[in-house]
Amino acid sequence: MRVPGARTRTHTPNWPTRCPGISSLTMDPECSQLLPALCAVLADPRQPMADDTCLEKLLDWFKTITEAGSSLLLLQENPCLVELLCHMLKPQDLSSRVLSFSLRLTGVLAAQEDCFQYLQQGELLPKLFGEAGPLGGAAWTSPAVRSGWIQGLRSLAQHASALHFLAHCGAVDTIFSLQEDSSLFVASAAGQLLVHILGLSMQGPAGGPPSLQAGDWPACAQKIVGHIEESLRATATPQITQALNVLTTTFGHCHNPWTQVLWVQLSPLVAGLLEKDPIPAAHSLVDLLLSVARSPGLSSSSCGLWETLAQTLSHLSPTQAGPLALGILKLQDCPQALRAQAFAVLLQPLACVFKAMAQDPGPSGVPDGTVGGSMTAGVPLPSKAACVGLLCRSLAHLELLLPLPQRPCPWPQAPLLGAAVTLLQLCGGSARPACDMGRHLCTLLLGCVRVQRAALDFLGALSDGTGPRELVTQVFAVLLEYLRSPDSSPTVLKKAFQATFRWLLNSPKTPGCWDLDPHALLFLRDLLPVLQKRLCSPCWEVRDSSLEFLTQMTRHWGGQAGFRHALLASEVPKLTEQLLRDPESYVRASAVTAMGQLSSQGLCVPPAGPEHQGGQQSLLVELLHILSTDSEGFPRRAVMQVFTQWLRDSHADVAGDTEQFVAGVLQVASQDLDWEVRAQGLELALVFLEQTLGQPRSHCPHAVTPPVEAPVGPLAQALQPLCRVRLFDFAFRALFDCDRPVAQKSCDLLLFLRAQTASSSSLQESRSSPDVASVEAALQRWQAGDQAQPLGDLEPEVVLAVVRSLDLEGLRGALAESSDHVEKSPQSLLQDMLATVGVLGENEADCY
Amino acid sequence: MKLYCLSGHPTLPCNVLKFKSTTIMLDCGLDMTSTLNFLPLPLVQSPRLSNLPGWSLKDGNAFLDKELKECSGHVFVDSVPEFCLPETELIDLSTVDVILISNYHCMMALPYITEHTGFSGTVYATEPTVQIGRLLMEELVNFIERVPKAQSASLWKNKDIQREGLCLIQPIYRERRPCHVLWSCVENQIIQCSGSQSMIPRPAPGASLGSLLEMQILRPTSNLNRKLWVWHPAIHLLAYPPAEFSLVFQPMDQASLKNSDVLILTGLTQIPTANPDGMVGEFCSNLALTVRNGGNVLVPCYPSGVIYDLLECLYQYIDSAGLSNIPFYFISPVANSSLEFSQIFAEWLCHNKQTKVYLPEPPFPHAELIQTNKLKHYPSLHGDFSSDFRQPCVVFTGHPSLRFGDVVHFMELWGKSSLNTVIFTEPDFSYLEALAPYQPLAMKCIYCPIDTRLNFIQVSKLLKEVQPLHVVCPEQYTQPPPAQSHRMDLMIDCQPPAMSYRRAEVLALPFKRRYEKIEIMPELADALVPMEIKPGISLATVSAVLHTKDNKHILQPPPRPAQPTGGKKRKRAAEDIPDCKVLKPLLSGSIPVEQFVQTLEKHGFSDIKVEDTAKGHIVLLQEAETLIQIEEDSTHIICDNDEMLRVRLRDLVLKFLQKF
Repeated sequence: MRVPGARTRTHTPNWPTRCPGISSLTMDPECSQLLPALCAVLADPRQPMADDTCLEKLLDWFKTITEAGSSLLLLQENPCLVELLCHMLKPQDLSSRVLSFSLRLTGVLAAQEDCFQYLQQGELLPKLFGEAGPLGGAAWTSPAVRSGWIQGLRSLAQHASALHFLAHCGAVDTIFSLQEDSSLFVASAAGQLLVHILGLSMQGPAGGPPSLQAGDWPACAQKIVGHIEESLRATATPQITQALNVLTTTFGHCHNPWTQVLWVQLSPLVAGLLEKDPIPAAHSLVDLLLSVARSPGLSSSSCGLWETLAQTLSHLSPTQAGPLALGILKLQDCPQALRAQAFAVLLQPLACVFKAMAQDPGPSGVPDGTVGGSMTAGVPLPSKAACVGLLCRSLAHLELLLPLPQRPCPWPQAPLLGAAVTLLQLCGGSARPACDMGRHLCTLLLGCVRVQRAALDFLGALSDGTGPRELVTQVFAVLLEYLRSPDSSPTVLKKAFQATFRWLLNSPKTPGCWDLDPHALLFLRDLLPVLQKRLCSPCWEVRDSSLEFLTQMTRHWGGQAGFRHALLASEVPKLTEQLLRDPESYVRASAVTAMGQLSSQGLCVPPAGPEHQGGQQSLLVELLHILSTDSEGFPRRAVMQVFTQWLRDSHADVAGDTEQFVAGVLQVASQDLDWEVRAQGLELALVFLEQTLGQPRSHCPHAVTPPVEAPVGPLAQALQPLCRVRLFDFAFRALFDCDRPVAQKSCDLLLFLRAQTASSSSLQESRSSPDVASVEAALQRWQAGDQAQPLGDLEPEVVLAVVRSLDLEGLRGALAESSDHVEKSPQSLLQDMLATVGVLGENEADCY
Repeated sequence: MKLYCLSGHPTLPCNVLKFKSTTIMLDCGLDMTSTLNFLPLPLVQSPRLSNLPGWSLKDGNAFLDKELKECSGHVFVDSVPEFCLPETELIDLSTVDVILISNYHCMMALPYITEHTGFSGTVYATEPTVQIGRLLMEELVNFIERVPKAQSASLWKNKDIQREGLCLIQPIYRERRPCHVLWSCVENQIIQCSGSQSMIPRPAPGASLGSLLEMQILRPTSNLNRKLWVWHPAIHLLAYPPAEFSLVFQPMDQASLKNSDVLILTGLTQIPTANPDGMVGEFCSNLALTVRNGGNVLVPCYPSGVIYDLLECLYQYIDSAGLSNIPFYFISPVANSSLEFSQIFAEWLCHNKQTKVYLPEPPFPHAELIQTNKLKHYPSLHGDFSSDFRQPCVVFTGHPSLRFGDVVHFMELWGKSSLNTVIFTEPDFSYLEALAPYQPLAMKCIYCPIDTRLNFIQVSKLLKEVQPLHVVCPEQYTQPPPAQSHRMDLMIDCQPPAMSYRRAEVLALPFKRRYEKIEIMPELADALVPMEIKPGISLATVSAVLHTKDNKHILQPPPRPAQPTGGKKRKRAAEDIPDCKVLKPLLSGSIPVEQFVQTLEKHGFSDIKVEDTAKGHIVLLQEAETLIQIEEDSTHIICDNDEMLRVRLRDLVLKFLQKF
């Protein structure tokens, strides 16, 4: 039996053929022929649809058709559809999926007013959506049916007639009740439908502007608003939450002037929620207020929004107020006082930490002036979980705020830096609190990995700004403490490495010099022994992040004397080399990258050593060995990336005999089972191609020798090296690779070659030579899956002729399609669905 | 109940518990930190050590220069190292009935007790504790006795010199003695307990523990060599959790500690800020770093304990770190026995290790390291080792104090090269003090103390769970460590606050007994005929003689009444035998007043009045001027000298009651 969708797993798409996609806008005759049978199947309760994803696809297809053409016409041309819908009205044991589908299909069709009238005439709509339909029946117990009912109405409610229909059949009351549905999906959809109906009813009967007097609003809108008001006055939190959610969606989606009237009418009720203790549905309230504040339809200053926001900020608990404060600070036009209040809320937990730790609370600097009494009273930190959660959220919010242009100004960089350092010291146990609260905080936070991670992230983010010298010294000290500590967990250590790198990157530089400043160099001297030890860690994650850190450092400062000197004086390069043989593949991969970087910078061995040459050569051999023998993909991919970079940079080892290097690498890479290695092989081939044809794409600042000289002779001569390294053999083979990215890359490479050689017409005549024919024949066999036959030695003329004869553009287009595009046609979908229930007699060959 | 604290060392406790007339010693640790004041004992003559300058007073007086030597600003005694013994004069140790040893580290002072104090009791310890403790003692004696010191310094200890502050080294305690740790002193008095049984110790001569306590070794115990004793003195419970855990051993079964009256907490981690897992990682990293750079690694260690953990970690790590070719040497006079013993005590290990035995595999992987020649062990530097020795290598050897043992030789040998590293893993000694006589030192020093004893977080969880009424602990645990005075988490925090003790202190434990446990002889028990009063409750009458001796109470069958054979004999028998009257049956049940009144009426009593009282009823027979007072636990018939009436009424009352 064929399973719909199964074909999407096909590995070798028949790429040159063009098939009609799902985007076919009208129903083709084949589909029209299949449709009656399908409708019959759907209507037959004895033929259950095993897979409802095909119903979703079917509905998508109908949506596409109705969006492009007339639904009425569709119904008239395919009466089986109406029959199917009518069939749903009969009392029978129908599958809830099919019923749900039919309701949604009805909605999709009735979205067009003429079709709506057509269905109304047959009394189909009231029967399907009214009390007589599933609403009153046993099928209603299925959430799928309720959801289908709501979605059907959601699609249907597009015109004034629909509004009358909804009012007439009492659907709105049902929707109210569905807001409390046990299924969250149904409840949420009901809320959204209410928003939609409210918006639709406010569009006015003739599309004219609605009255700005709430009392003059259409009955339907008044009913909904009345319901929201009632819910806001309710005592039960779920009801309040629903009302708030409906309002949030309304203000988020609809920015017409009437929304302001709505807000003015409802804001006293919303503000009334703040009087309750505890504040009900605080999260939804925050969402609503932010939605209102962001709405361009509202003039915030005129409707008392800022006051409500300020009031809310002061009423909510610190945990609940955080997201609101962040949202306020992200607003573009917001009163300064409110921004200050919001910022104080975000800073409150950190200020609390500061207060707990400061010997002298006066000049601590965390926004003392901006923060009201609530902060200094101290955030209650009852339990570890609450304290940790609050601190992590506060740090995350501040980190989000940091890069924004509208972040508060002046930004309290120094106090925040101090707070992050203090937090890290508290977690690491090196802080020395002076008061009881500090000691309590110390006990709560000691060894807390969550806070450590958040604080390190935040500290890293703060590196973009400056800070007082002594504070920066403290930053480096605490980072070193974390890098050194045996108790740092691998994730914390990784973050500590990242933060360290960012701080080194942004450490003050001597003007005109890119080298690290003296303080950073001193730090480096302390850091390298730690790095050495970490490279020997029994934990592979630690070794891996240490290598990544080393690679980053080398990439940035590998050319600088101070860094080079410190690194070469340490054991780090030697230890890195040993990690090429690490048992963990990730570590090997990182070691390969690190060694490639070190080698590029001439940092592998002491430069004056007698074994200098030998050491470099052996690295190339070692990397080739990894490429050809490593059982894991990651190290092999890393080797290919290093080789590509070496070729790009004209690394000394590669520049010696580039052709031999490229030939060797391509030969190994072409046989690799990992598609990423093959794709990277094509990248390397492209670099070589560019260099050979004389158009290098990029210059590397660390290139040891200048790029390969541009060819001066005729084109054939220029292509000779490419043929000698068997680049085309690899590229043509990759063209038919079963992994699409490889084929795409190869296609790009050959297109690049064709573009580069387009101006030359000297080789045109060889197009009909027998060599070309044999190559083309071989390629066809490869395409058919028989890749055994080699191409043999290719002449440049033959290559060019073949490249020009291939439909590379078509190929690229086909490859750009998703791999299941062939199987996505509506006809295929219908066939699949029929096949599932065995209507189509014989099954075609299945891909399983 | 009193607790005599003979040791001030929190992890090497020696406490004596005196309760009624029984005296029990809990652990018997020997504080060896005093050896740090002595010069190392080199295996071969060390020119450097022997040429150290003698120490002279500021005024140039050099009368102590033969005994005290100076090295890099520190002063050391040039003599056989001496140890701090537990207090011997706080309590008469000859009265100790039993010594319970919880782990092998806490038994090193035993010989001093068994030899010099007149102790004649019994020592109890689990088999692994005994075996490994023996190895430790043997190693210690071997280390010290194989390099006999020509002189024994004593002048520096002279009271006058100390009083005048002339000597920089203060003898901390009154009694310090040279090594006297001999297994043979202990051997005859120790009893090995198996782990699976709950046992009553044999009575020691002169006293019986009797009903005072029951010892229970909690299974599964925490460690190969650490055990847990729990006392059940009658109904009360006194708990003493084990001293330490190792990474590979089972977590402690805490259930038996629940609801203790007193919990004595000793032997918590000495380095509370160091997490053992992190330290093991640190150990491996530093080891690999040194060896990869061509240096040697020296690990001063005890011959048992953490070394098993280290070998296991290395077993997993060496291949991945590319250290397969690096030889690991374990040098100790007891190396072989230690490695072998560890493999045969599988029942004391954690579940994973236990199941390995059934595979069958050795529980610890060091057997494989030995088989593959990666780990080699030798009794000493001499002999085979010198021919096998190749560098770079990793050497595990004792003693962690660096004052004696083969480690002294390696420190002298490798100390001059910065390629080499000494990694301290044992937390018992300050590594800086241990290194002092080797200064100046070029070799790298890494401090990775691996202390697997309970930490304060675990203790706080334990206390929450078992909720003892009182906690007793060394005073060091009641405040944060001096170096981390802000770390309030590094102390025992409980309510009521823990009772702390220091050396030579006597604590009165807040412990009151309300019940005694009484045993019943089997033949007496056989004779009992229980009668079910309520479902689940049966009663029986017991007539017996209570025999009390050595805190043990036994109910014995009463002597049979003598046969009335002859007047003289009968008289004599009457004198000898306690007066055993014929027992009246015991009554039970309650009297339903209404039915009782009906019965009275039936038997001709009239004019009956019933009054309710607070405790029951009063039945008034006005005509007979008689009053029957019926209460929950008594019935009185008050009538005016009419015995006939009383007996009649009594019989009527008895009809409603059960007899047995």
